[in-house]
Amino acid sequence: MARKRWVMVVDTRQCVACKACVLACKAENDVPDGYCRDWVVEEVHGEYPILHAENRSERCNHCTRAPCVGACPTGASHFFDGRVVLVTHDKCTGCKACIASCPYDARFVHPEGYVDKCTFCMHRVQRGDEPACVSICPTGTLRFGDANDAQSEVAALLRTRTWKVNHPETGVEPNVFFLT
Amino acid sequence: MRPDLIELVTHKSNAHIDPTLHIWGWEIALYLFLGGLTAGLLVLPALLGRARKDKPLSPWLQWMPLVGLLFISLGMGALFLDLEHKRSVWRFYLALRPSSPMSWGAWILLAVYPAGLLLSLASLDVDRRARASRISWIGDPATRIAAWSAARVGTIRWFAVAVGAGLGLYTGLLLGTLGARLQWSTALLGPLFLTGGLSTGAAFMLLFPLDNEDAHTLLRWDLRAIAVELALIGLMVVGFASGDAPSRLAAEALLGGAWTASFWSLVVVLGLLVPLTMEALELRGRVRMSPVTPVLILIGGLALRAILLAAGQESGFRLLP
Repeated sequence: MARKRWVMVVDTRQCVACKACVLACKAENDVPDGYCRDWVVEEVHGEYPILHAENRSERCNHCTRAPCVGACPTGASHFFDGRVVLVTHDKCTGCKACIASCPYDARFVHPEGYVDKCTFCMHRVQRGDEPACVSICPTGTLRFGDANDAQSEVAALLRTRTWKVNHPETGVEPNVFFLT
Repeated sequence: MRPDLIELVTHKSNAHIDPTLHIWGWEIALYLFLGGLTAGLLVLPALLGRARKDKPLSPWLQWMPLVGLLFISLGMGALFLDLEHKRSVWRFYLALRPSSPMSWGAWILLAVYPAGLLLSLASLDVDRRARASRISWIGDPATRIAAWSAARVGTIRWFAVAVGAGLGLYTGLLLGTLGARLQWSTALLGPLFLTGGLSTGAAFMLLFPLDNEDAHTLLRWDLRAIAVELALIGLMVVGFASGDAPSRLAAEALLGGAWTASFWSLVVVLGLLVPLTMEALELRGRVRMSPVTPVLILIGGLALRAILLAAGQESGFRLLP
């Protein structure tokens, strides 16, 4: 059996930027006030009258070539099952090398001192649930699953729809995909 | 940002991350500077001792590796202040991760202490070695270690050169390997910080009364280090300016952007070009040696690190389309 590769697929055509994903994450993961592990970007570009609007629910990209894991001096940032990037709080010295190495600025220093970020809600996924943001999304914008499982919904979406990733030029092979 | 962008809205506002990254402040700039200075205070006395063969170094130079240990301790104190999760600091020494310059840097810092101590003891002339042995609380061990070091002075010098060079290089690679920051995304930062460290080390030593031969050798070496530093800065800027979109964005900060004035005035002119001219004149005997030149070099060395540290944090992929 192929190893798991957890990915998130965000349908930018369905997202209405309601930010329920942000609130669900904060509630589920006890994210302190003033901080967020995921966020919504609303972007309008073009030239009037030909305009294009896009809403994106963004978070840590759990990159296949995660520079944060390489930069971490203690092994606190590491790959977990299915190439998910996690931080072991006790091992983290708060040196912030991982924050500097992240091209997506997806990490932050938790008020308790360790570096924090999206975990793809691995504690929920391990017991068979979806990440909190996915489970709450009212428009079905967010999908989560194993891209290495050809039968999975995310694998089908990535096969049949056009998609992009944020800043592919970084070469870090992100695992959050945006359907366009 | 893409040129046709009309509006971009996000509520993301994590402290020290948004809207501009600012995670490392004066503590890291000071640490990088003191790390480079210590590298100079290890490498140069070792090479000077080798160049002078059996003749003892100027009295002040014999103690310089120990002064370097004071500086690196101060730098490590600043580094500790910067850590956000201080109670886990010992975790640095439970791992050696080749992909992380910060990890092998932590181990290099440990090697700096024996290198500095042994080099200083091995460099002491007979009178000073006798004086060191008279310090009552370390008397006997000090005599034995000094005698042991003196017998292996050649090996200890090369050890100090290797550790010093490693320390200087690592301070640059620490930033240079963080490719997400466009301003740091160049392998030249390693040699640049090493050369800068050697230059600030020489400048610091020139602040003390040295014999003519040592002072002139240091001046000659410093002149070359400054020339190499200028060449590396030139290569870095040309590399950025002629590169791809992320590189050109990095070049902008130094060529017309926010850091242009401070970088070219403080680092290049005051910290490098003026000292280069002054030292060339001092070597030819046209100007008397004064503390002004070394002080300018030290200010320039600190400014180089502080400016690149700040400019790097401001440069990220979020600025690109």
